[in-house]
Parts: sequence; structure tokens; C-alpha cells
Amino acid sequence: MKKNNPSQNPLKQALSHWKKERFDKAMRDAACDQGGFTTVSGKKIRELYTPLDLDGFDYTHQLGFPGEYPFTRGIHPTMYRGRLWTMRQFSGFGSAKDTNKRYKYLLSHGQTGLSVAFHLPTLMGIDSDHPLAEGEIGKCGVAIDSLADMEVLFDGIPLDKISTSMTINPPAAVLWAMYIAVAEKQGVSPKVISGTIQNDILKEYIAQKTFVFPPGPSMKLIVDTFEYGAKEVPKWNTISISGYHIREAGSTAAQELAFTLRDGIEYVEWAQKRGLDVDEFVPRLSFFFNAHNDFFEEIAKFRAARKIWADVMKERFKAKNPRSWWLRFHTQTSGVSLMAQQPHNNVVRVALQALSAVLGGTQSLHTNSLDETYALPSEDAVTIALRTQQIIAHESGVINCADPLGGSYFVETLTAQMEKEAKDYIKKIDDMGGMVKAIELGFPQKEIADSAYWYQKAVEKKEKIIVGVNAFEMEHEPIPLLKIEEAVAIQQLARLKEVKETRNNSEVKAKLLDLKKAAEDDQNLMPFLLESVRAYATLGEIMEALKEVYGVYKEPITY
Amino acid sequence: MAEKKIRVLVAKPGLDGHDRGAKVICRSLRDAGFEVIYTGLRRTPEEIVSSAIQEDADVIGLSILSGAHNVLFPKIMDLLKEKEADDITVIAGGIIPDKDIPLLKEIGISEIFLPGSSTEDIVKWIEGNVKGSSSV
Repeated sequence: MKKNNPSQNPLKQALSHWKKERFDKAMRDAACDQGGFTTVSGKKIRELYTPLDLDGFDYTHQLGFPGEYPFTRGIHPTMYRGRLWTMRQFSGFGSAKDTNKRYKYLLSHGQTGLSVAFHLPTLMGIDSDHPLAEGEIGKCGVAIDSLADMEVLFDGIPLDKISTSMTINPPAAVLWAMYIAVAEKQGVSPKVISGTIQNDILKEYIAQKTFVFPPGPSMKLIVDTFEYGAKEVPKWNTISISGYHIREAGSTAAQELAFTLRDGIEYVEWAQKRGLDVDEFVPRLSFFFNAHNDFFEEIAKFRAARKIWADVMKERFKAKNPRSWWLRFHTQTSGVSLMAQQPHNNVVRVALQALSAVLGGTQSLHTNSLDETYALPSEDAVTIALRTQQIIAHESGVINCADPLGGSYFVETLTAQMEKEAKDYIKKIDDMGGMVKAIELGFPQKEIADSAYWYQKAVEKKEKIIVGVNAFEMEHEPIPLLKIEEAVAIQQLARLKEVKETRNNSEVKAKLLDLKKAAEDDQNLMPFLLESVRAYATLGEIMEALKEVYGVYKEPITY
Repeated sequence: MAEKKIRVLVAKPGLDGHDRGAKVICRSLRDAGFEVIYTGLRRTPEEIVSSAIQEDADVIGLSILSGAHNVLFPKIMDLLKEKEADDITVIAGGIIPDKDIPLLKEIGISEIFLPGSSTEDIVKWIEGNVKGSSSV
């Protein structure tokens, strides 16, 4: 922003007078630490923002109108008047039968979309009978080993009416094939089903660490889903490019934004190399961000995200379809911000975080439950979390007007700073040769580990206060928790055994051979995955076949 | 004879990839003057116990957030006994419900550090309870 000569600018003069004569004097009396006013990411915040901060601000260029380039104010002209965000609680535990029951409960209480949490063996692409699955079955999500489990998971849920998000990464294409196969069995065409697979491997190498194959084959599989989806499953979001896990691993808000958008650029580049037209597949890319504690910093992050992506798609990739310019995103409130101490306080944290996502213009939202520092949420806890969204939507009045904070001196300044920080990182990663290269160099991993370490130390020095943890501590009564019984594992193992005994095993063998051959020949694997899952090949068998062709990723250990 | 540095093996059993905590602990312990070996993710009980023996660890710090602790921790403790390495002090942290703690202590885990524990508390606990091996 331009610097004016104070003698020529009455506002600047007045501000400088206010700062010296009013603010500084009052602060001296208050004896506050002037260095202490920072965001949760450590960014320094000034005491006041004024029109001077927006000097040179160009409304049309930086904001525009909702539904118009560069979409800073939202991707839809009507925003929440036209349609509320989708209230989508991430959910899955125990067996497919248990989770199916929870889904029906959530849908009957006003939830508007499903979001599947798989147990760790499924996330890693191994079956429940694998030695590493011991102790993990049904714990962190629902156990899915084959199409047979997927059929039970969606039993009685009309897949032509409900959209489903699946948090799944290395084996995303396999689980997507299972979903398409279930829809077929319900008589629903792949052309009408809608939903999302997370399918974002880059943030796995960077942050969440659920990886199987090395980067090259992983990226190939993802581009396969883009290509197949654009033709055969046109309403499906074939990727959810995720900052959520990057933030949970300890990044700052700007790092979350930058690494996520640079991941997005990487996917577009790899798909272009395959010869795909950006305007055909980019409209199906979606994003997923974290809503953390620092209210205004988060809102600025969401607004900046839309603007940067619109610029990137229009200028860098020359996309012509306005839908390619849209950054559509899901938000989840921050898991790491939840505290085990005095867990009921988490309801308040979640409400504030959720509000920031709504003020930031999210398309869908998951609100965490108060008990999630201990276990998967109980039904009562998840109901409060859903009600939090409904209260924001129907009682607070914040949905009446699009981008209500647009024009705020503070929020616009933060948004512009966020944009600059993210673009600087993007440039740096471009110079390294792209995100896959940067990951191989350990760059984003190191940046995140440094930020996480800084934050932990700031908390221990009480530079950052966490209510109930390093201040305002007190004893609290234990809260009731959801417990996953070991019986789930026994049942799941029996089920898997039954599937393997009752299917046509020679057909399975043939389909898996076809799949391997297609992988060796570098064909699009989606049709072969569909054939394999229809024959009830298990997830583990399919992933094993692919590991034989692609190998597995070994992570460099750094801290 | 100079006192030997305490050697800590930080290990991640279980399938979860949540290594934020483990990495912050590694760095804090290293900064506090311990020798730190980090196993990386998704180690089986067998791998953890054999690394601890090979690395001549004085302490094993287990970090787990997947909920599989009640199955995996007893296996690790049994293996340590079996290999006559149960002189190694075992501590743990992560997502561990309060009501699981008595069982875990009973099988020989010396201390459980729950969410909210400071790295300083962990350093102090190790300094107060573990001596560097005198085998030098």
C-alpha cells in the first residue's frame, strides 16, 4: 500500500496523533506486552486498521461481486440465501452395519450429506486379516474390506439423492469403484451419483502420512480418476485437495493455504501432461480447509484461497470455463484445537471455528464433537455438533448477507497479506521444480515441523493461552465415550472369510491379473478396478497387485 | 567417567500417521541433551522391541493415536520380557482414555503422558527416573 506524506493526509495525521496521545498512553497504563498480540500462527496484529490500510484498494479487482471473478466474496451470487452449506458430519465406526445405522440417524436429524470415515486398515489399503490390522479394526472408522461391506454400508440409502464424501487416499480409486458398483446394484447410473473422494496423496506425504505407493504411480492413479470421472461420473468431485491435515500437523494458516494451493497446481499440471483439457476436469476439483482458532485469520484465509485459485486458473492455466475458476471447499473445525481438559469447552471452540468457516463462505462443513480428543464421538456429542451448525444457519442471522466482513479494514488487510504470503511460498515451490520435488527435498515437511515446534513452545511459555490447559485449570468429571468392542474385529474377520469362500475365486484371480497387466501397460485403471471389485476382490488383494507393479514409498525420517 | 547420555527410542506403533506429537517430543528430548532415535511410522511390536535392543535404548517412548494401544502395548511389554530387555523403561503418550491407564500401568508402562502434557514435564520425568546405561 502506498505511503502518503502525513502532512498531506489529514487521516494519517489524526491516526498518528491518536496512536501517540491516546493509544500508547493508555497501553502504558494497562502494562500489556505489546509483542503479545499475534494470531495463532504467530502473525503480528496491529492495534487498529483504518482506510489507510486500504489505500490503493481496487474493489473490482480485489473483491468483485459474489459469483463473479475473482470470487473473493464467494462463488455463488446468492450465497447462503440460495442454498445453505451442506452439513456433513464425518462419520464411521465399527462394522458397516453399525455405521449404516448412524448414517440413517444423522439423515433423519437433518444432516444433508454423508461423509465416510474408514478404519485405518482400509485407509492404508490392507484387509482386516492383515497382521498390521490387529487392534485397529473398526476403531478409527468403519471396516470395509470388499464390495460386500460397501453394500451393507449404504443399504437403504438412495445414492441418487444423497451425496457422499469419502475420506480415502492411496486406495481412493478402489473405494470409488466400490461406490459406483453399489450404485449400479441400486439401479442408479454413475452419471447421477454425486460426492467426493479425498484422493489427495500430496498432503499425505506432507502431513497425514497415509501413503502406500511412491509419488509417480500415486499421481498416475489420481489422474486416472480425473480422466474417468470427467467422462463417466460427471457429478463426482474426483479430489478434495486438502489443507486440513497440513494444518493439523502444525502448519500456520498461510502455510496451509500455500501448500494446499500448490498441491492443486501440481495435480493440474500432471493432468495436463496426460493431455486432459483443464476446463473439462478442473471444475470437479474441490478443496478442504481447516477452521482453526484464530477467527479473523481463518476468514482471511478462506477469502484469499478463492482469489488466488481464480487467478491461478485464469492466468497460469488459461482456463476459460468460469467453473474452473471456482474454489469450492469443505471445512472441518480443527481437531488439534480440541482439549481433553474440561471437554465441554470444546463446544464453544467448535462454534467459533464453524462461524469463521461460514463467514469465509464454505460450501460444506463438519463440526467436531466435544469428546473427540478421547475417542470417536458418541451420538449425543455428534448431535450437539450438528446442532451448532443449525444454530449458526437458522438463529445467528449471518446467512442473510454474502461475505459480511468484506470491506473491513482489518479483514481486507489480512486477506491481502495472506494472499502475498501464499504466493511467495508458491513461487518458492515452483522454483524447486514443483510440489513432488519439494516433498522429496522435505521442504513442506520441515516448514510444518518448525511451526509445530514453535507453537508447542509458545504454549509451554504461556505466550499462547489454552483455556483449561495452561490457564484456568480445574478437575472435571469423565465424560461418557463411545467404545468399539473387540467383538467387531471377530465379526469382521468372519465376514471377510465368508466373502473369500463364497465368491468365484478363479474370476477374482483373472480380474486381478488383468488389473496388474493394465498397470504395467500404463492404462487407465478405473475400468479394471471396477471389474475387480464387482468380482468381490478385496481391497487388500487389489492393493497388493498394484504394489507388485508400483512398489511402496519409504519416507525419509526427519524431525 | 563422563555420564553416558540417556538414549530414548521414540516409537510409533499402530497404523495412524499422526506424528506431530512424536516429532515435537523427539526434538524437545534432543534439545534437552538426550540421544534420540525415532523409528518412523507404523512399526510392529517386534520391530520396536528389536530396535530398542539394537540401539541400546534406556527408554522407549510410545506414541499412539489410533486406539489400538490396549492390543499393541501388552504385546510390546511381553516381547521385552521375552527378550530379557524389560530393564528398558517404557513410557507412552497419545490418545489414551483415562480408564485404560490402570491396565497399562499394570503391564509395566511406567508413565502415560496425556494430551496437554508439556515437553518439559516429559524431560523432567526421564531425568528423574532413568539413568543412562552404565555399560560403557
